[in-house]
Amino acid sequence: MWIALVLLAVLLTLPLWASAYILGVLTVACYFGVFAMSWDLLFGFANEVNFGPTFLIGTGAYTAGLLNAHGVPMWVCLIAGAAGALVGGVVLAVPALRLTGPYFGLTTLVAVLLLQQFIIIFAGTTGGEIGLTMNDILSMDATTNYWYALTFMAVSGAILLTLSRSPVGLILQASGQDRIGAAALGFNVVKHKLAAFCVSAVFSGLAGAMLVFYLGTASVGTVVDVAVGVQVIIAAVLGGRRTIVGAAIGAIFLILAGELLRPLGQLSTFVVSAVALVVILFFVDGLMGLLGRRREES
Amino acid sequence: MTAMPRGSTAAPLLDVEGLTKRFGGLIAAKDITFQIRAGEILGLIGPNGSGKSTVMQLIMGLHRPNAGAVRVLGTNVAGWAPHRIARQGVGIVFQHSRPLHRQTVLENIMLGLLPDKLLKLAANRHVRERAREIAARVGLENVLNRKPGTLAFADLRRMELAKAIARDPRVVLVDEPFAGLTAGEVDAFAQLIADFRSDGRAVLLVDHNVKSIAALADRVFAMYLGERIAEGTAAEVTRDPTVRRVYLGGGIEVASRPARAAVSTPLLQVEDVSVLYGKAQALDRVSIHVDEGEFVSVVGLNGAGKTTLFNAISGLVPYQGSIRWNAADLRGRSPAAIARGGVVQCPETRELFGDMSVRENLDLAGQHLSVAQAAEQLEWLYELFPRLRDRHAQAARTMSGGEQQMLAIARSLMMRPKLLILDEPTLGLAPVILEQISNALERLRNSTPITVLLGEQNVTFALPHADRIYVMEHARIVWEGEPSRFAAEAAATYL
Repeated sequence: MWIALVLLAVLLTLPLWASAYILGVLTVACYFGVFAMSWDLLFGFANEVNFGPTFLIGTGAYTAGLLNAHGVPMWVCLIAGAAGALVGGVVLAVPALRLTGPYFGLTTLVAVLLLQQFIIIFAGTTGGEIGLTMNDILSMDATTNYWYALTFMAVSGAILLTLSRSPVGLILQASGQDRIGAAALGFNVVKHKLAAFCVSAVFSGLAGAMLVFYLGTASVGTVVDVAVGVQVIIAAVLGGRRTIVGAAIGAIFLILAGELLRPLGQLSTFVVSAVALVVILFFVDGLMGLLGRRREES
Repeated sequence: MTAMPRGSTAAPLLDVEGLTKRFGGLIAAKDITFQIRAGEILGLIGPNGSGKSTVMQLIMGLHRPNAGAVRVLGTNVAGWAPHRIARQGVGIVFQHSRPLHRQTVLENIMLGLLPDKLLKLAANRHVRERAREIAARVGLENVLNRKPGTLAFADLRRMELAKAIARDPRVVLVDEPFAGLTAGEVDAFAQLIADFRSDGRAVLLVDHNVKSIAALADRVFAMYLGERIAEGTAAEVTRDPTVRRVYLGGGIEVASRPARAAVSTPLLQVEDVSVLYGKAQALDRVSIHVDEGEFVSVVGLNGAGKTTLFNAISGLVPYQGSIRWNAADLRGRSPAAIARGGVVQCPETRELFGDMSVRENLDLAGQHLSVAQAAEQLEWLYELFPRLRDRHAQAARTMSGGEQQMLAIARSLMMRPKLLILDEPTLGLAPVILEQISNALERLRNSTPITVLLGEQNVTFALPHADRIYVMEHARIVWEGEPSRFAAEAAATYL
């Protein structure tokens, strides 16, 4: 918990000294943080691997983007983005959660590919591979944009963290770790997992919608592509499973590292991936696990 | 003949009628009928594969029955989802606990007290209080704030008991209540279960034999191969001829082999081997030896430690003590190296490649042989198990249990073992199949110099072939001797 507060304090002071460029990078990182935290609710607590976080993110982003292209005001688009992701998530999860083991994950992966193909096929409406240009954007000012993103991440994080530590979070963990045991205690496992999926979908969709209104464009490469989803997953695992806060830290770390290593060119992606791989292989509990361990030792 | 317990005039809390479950061709439970009244404890016993666990799972709704009714307080819950059955008043104490490791003991118990609601963001005040009371009742009051990972094995089981009590179930199912507990802990747990009776709950205890639950159960219901074989008081069931035949074999046959010259060094020497699974003692200073050409049977009920002993020999689990093969220490050798050295295990779970054909499974095991050797070995195995020749192109998964077991044994033999370890080859098989496998083992014993170490809970199957018997109980060897002495000396420990 104190880690989250320290991080938040540092992020709050940034606009005082950091350049607009750094603020821009961190704005994206904040939205990624929400993606990763939403994903951790599913992976860490419901114990379901959602290989398609970008299905939820992309549905939210494109719902908002398409409506905005037709002149709908931005705030309505944001709500519609969250609602769109929720509907998409429910349509996907209701049949998929009946499957067990790796099949749930595979279903979510296929869903991303379907969404991607859908966008490309209906390029006339969706902008296809070129992307969709927004009528509105959140703000022209880097600092304002940063405040929007940071506030959004902090509020989302607080809600998700509270949820995960509440009695419902406890039931969700039990449902994830021991399906039979939870059912034998009278808990409807599918109901709780579905609820977690819905929460994850709303936050992913809203974050996706806000991201495209920040960027001014929605494109497959930024909000739908499987590679984006993989980055979300790496961020969450890197930060530390079942911590929520860790996912946000992982996302910021990943985006910052990618930016710092940009001079390396193509090599930067490789280095970031290698670091992520090492952390996942040798420190299963991620960055938060490392911090936690030191605290236990001292 | 059924003993009438106290309060027997009241309607039963649990009424199981004609319960039947088929898994493919296997009938796991057939027309099972019994009732348990408030304040009554029924013991459901049977050897491994008898269907007792299936019956328990059917009551809890973990499987859907093919026929029959499960009435809880008068309502038929057969086919309901487990969480609805739980809410109807059925609780279960699992044998293996899977607690939430990041939460404390208290939080784990609180879980059982939470309602199944999505908008439960804060627990009611009384929940924490109630969890403390339950913890005190089962003897966990001193470890409330510890994480489950730091608990002793018995305390973990206490926590499972506490979680079950938390829902205040009218019907409690307890799976192997005393597995892995020390004698002192067994007494404490027996008292906790007896408390269920005085609370007026209906209790079903599921275990392997009468002995373990005799002191607690008002009545005992015995199963074998999915069917009821006896019912009555513990003493009646112990005397029942069918039960005695199932557990001890009908008139134990012994076929002795010509005496062998005494050997100075045993082929396999296991000395003081102990194995811990987490906190449960799976093997406790076990010593056995097997001489060259000998057929040794290790008998013991499920959970006695047979499989763990074999896995230690095969290098699959870490152990303390020493295991020597041909006088050379096996410690530090990989399982693959041990298998290549001639110690081949045919595991209880068979581990066949289900999508491969019989022939492919056998060819795979013969990879390290030359083509000519492999062909010769294959021909010999087809003679030993003619059924496999008929089925050579069939996928292993689609064969019957007995055929799969034959294939598993044949595949182990394909590797030309010096010592063949057979773990529970009779598990869940019908008597007619047992006889075929028994005949094959007899031919194997008479026609080859192979050494066999057999683990069995079915004494009828284990005794006829054996030169020597070890009896295992609660992770220890409790008896060693010739098969001819078993009935007189060791049978009593077994029921």
